[in-house]
Amino acid sequence: MDERKIRVIVAKPGLDGHDRGAKVIARALRDAGMEVVYTGLRQTPEQIVETALQEDADAIGISILSGAHSFYFSKIIELLKDKGASDIIVFGGGVIPDKDIPGLLEVGAGAIFGPGTPTTTCVDWLEKAVAEKREKEK
Amino acid sequence: MAMNAEYKDALTKFEAGVNKSLQKHKERRETFTTVSGFPLERLYGPNDTEGMDYLKDVGFPGDYPFTRGVQSTMYRGRLWTMRQYAGFATAEESNERYRSLLSQGTTGLSVAFDLPTQIGYDSDDPMAQGECGKVGVAIDSLKDMEILFDQIPLDKVSTSMTINAPASVLLAMYICVAEKQGVPMSALSGTIQNDILKEYIARGTYIFPPKPSMRLITDIFAFCSENVPKWNTISISGYHIREAGSTAAQEVAFTLADGIAYVEAAQKKGLDPNVFGDRLSFFFNAHNDFLEEVAKFRAARRMWARIMKERFGVTNEKAQMLRFHTQTAGSTLTAQQPENNIVRVTIQALAAALGGTQSLHTNSMDEALALPSDKSVRIALKTQQIIGYESGVANTVDPLAGSYVIETLTNEIEKKAFEYIHQIDDMGGMLVAIEKGYVQKHIQDAAYEYQRSVEAQESIVVGVNKFQIEEDQGDMNLLSVDASVGERQIEKLRALKSSRDNVAVTNALAEVRKAAQDESQNLMPHIINAVRVYATEGEICNVLREVFTEYTENIVL
Repeated sequence: MDERKIRVIVAKPGLDGHDRGAKVIARALRDAGMEVVYTGLRQTPEQIVETALQEDADAIGISILSGAHSFYFSKIIELLKDKGASDIIVFGGGVIPDKDIPGLLEVGAGAIFGPGTPTTTCVDWLEKAVAEKREKEK
Repeated sequence: MAMNAEYKDALTKFEAGVNKSLQKHKERRETFTTVSGFPLERLYGPNDTEGMDYLKDVGFPGDYPFTRGVQSTMYRGRLWTMRQYAGFATAEESNERYRSLLSQGTTGLSVAFDLPTQIGYDSDDPMAQGECGKVGVAIDSLKDMEILFDQIPLDKVSTSMTINAPASVLLAMYICVAEKQGVPMSALSGTIQNDILKEYIARGTYIFPPKPSMRLITDIFAFCSENVPKWNTISISGYHIREAGSTAAQEVAFTLADGIAYVEAAQKKGLDPNVFGDRLSFFFNAHNDFLEEVAKFRAARRMWARIMKERFGVTNEKAQMLRFHTQTAGSTLTAQQPENNIVRVTIQALAAALGGTQSLHTNSMDEALALPSDKSVRIALKTQQIIGYESGVANTVDPLAGSYVIETLTNEIEKKAFEYIHQIDDMGGMLVAIEKGYVQKHIQDAAYEYQRSVEAQESIVVGVNKFQIEEDQGDMNLLSVDASVGERQIEKLRALKSSRDNVAVTNALAEVRKAAQDESQNLMPHIINAVRVYATEGEICNVLREVFTEYTENIVL
């Protein structure tokens, strides 16, 4: 049987309204053959995690340009842990200074893609990360 | 110019020469286009502008259709207002930044509010968690606003506020601060963005559904016409539409279509565009493609004049003029080799000056990484000063007029943008076009196409997909807003709520509710009364939420 398509939630947490990047990456992931759910704006961490569980997602991609990244990444990853869903990969991008990236990786983000990253880099990374995750789960 | 035989001979000879040269050396590409996709020919000449009528299509500066500018002397009289958008953390810290900017020669303030303020939440609202003071200053009540403008004389400074859904509340606060300084509202000058339609399209800080939002806007038009006559009641914004990925022609088209929707809404309310029309202002993006951008500004001016005169029958020349603010394009800034952004901003700012802007914000080099640091803001302001005082471009009016390529691109942008506007008219206007996702879809397609062209290296971004170097951000002194801002704001709110006259607040909020329920009333005076007794922004907006309900996004992908 063919492997199930990769399912990814593209999420905009908080009040940030910049959705160009989220929508571009959502389309790029879809064009790469993934099943993509875009949440729309103003999602609370609880709503995002709920959507990920409902959709049985492999990964959550967080786009944030408001500077509130540290708060939202920690919160979402913590909620996933609480729900026993730590296997869901969390990655993201936006206006995030390099110096903040180690902290985000430490709390459990899989990768942070800064401005200027080609969409193909994200696609390749996510395909690999999901393959590794599924391998582990076998 | 007539195409005489001599000209034709010369042209034929030139073309033969080109063909010969092409056989030896191919051009860098098969076809050239502007960044928005307009074909750019090898050469433009008199034949390209042959059908143009100078007086009808271009005209003198200060004369209809204002293609060459809205004043007869333009920057020879006074340079554009150098207005840097700023604000972060608390009112105290932002006040310090404003006073520093004023002492360095900035000539107008531009207030950036944090997201909770822009969406009508107090700092202690659960929705505000993690966001306080991040992208702008946190304002909860008149108390914060008093601190924000402490020692800044509101009769001398003009202030632009980027506030949309709760614009009435923040304008009310500004009026009350002025009142305390002894400045009557009739003396105030400045701008509120107050452009809700582009929030649904591209920027995202909406609160209420379109209908009550349009009412709030037209209430402001009516109130200010009578009481705050020098205030720009709206800044109809293409900036964010462009940032979301639109082309230049879409930026102009969708912005002016929004403008048409506001004029129609105000007319329905019985307001006369000859009166409120001269307080409408606009806000555009200055992007990378220099020639296209200069043409875009000129085209927008001519189009709005034609729309106001021909569509709305406006005879007041001031109400036909498109006056606009410009900001350089944030989306063109790169996180890679950030110093290169200084050069990008310079080129973009030059286009704005040559396009005849009334005011300008230049972005700082570090804005792809964080809010700008003091030093990078200073360089951005100096960039404007160098263009204004050293480059010489401000010393003659509309210097690129008559350039074959500029006039041709101006015509083409106008033509393309009117095509979009006609399509929107056919759909039933901008509100319907937004509801159907037509506008959002066009912008997203353009954004995706651009991303694709960058990844395919059809578009080059220096330092990103070509000419990369190894680097790290270690030596960039980035500004970060510490997490305690939220806590400090919450503490201030607690103190406020225990010291104000809470009975007066309750009564004032009840009056706001009554006025909200009765469309024949103007909300502004009631909101001013509530603000004056220190009702918070969140309290006022929550009352309006209960009456008006909240907008839910129509997701278009």
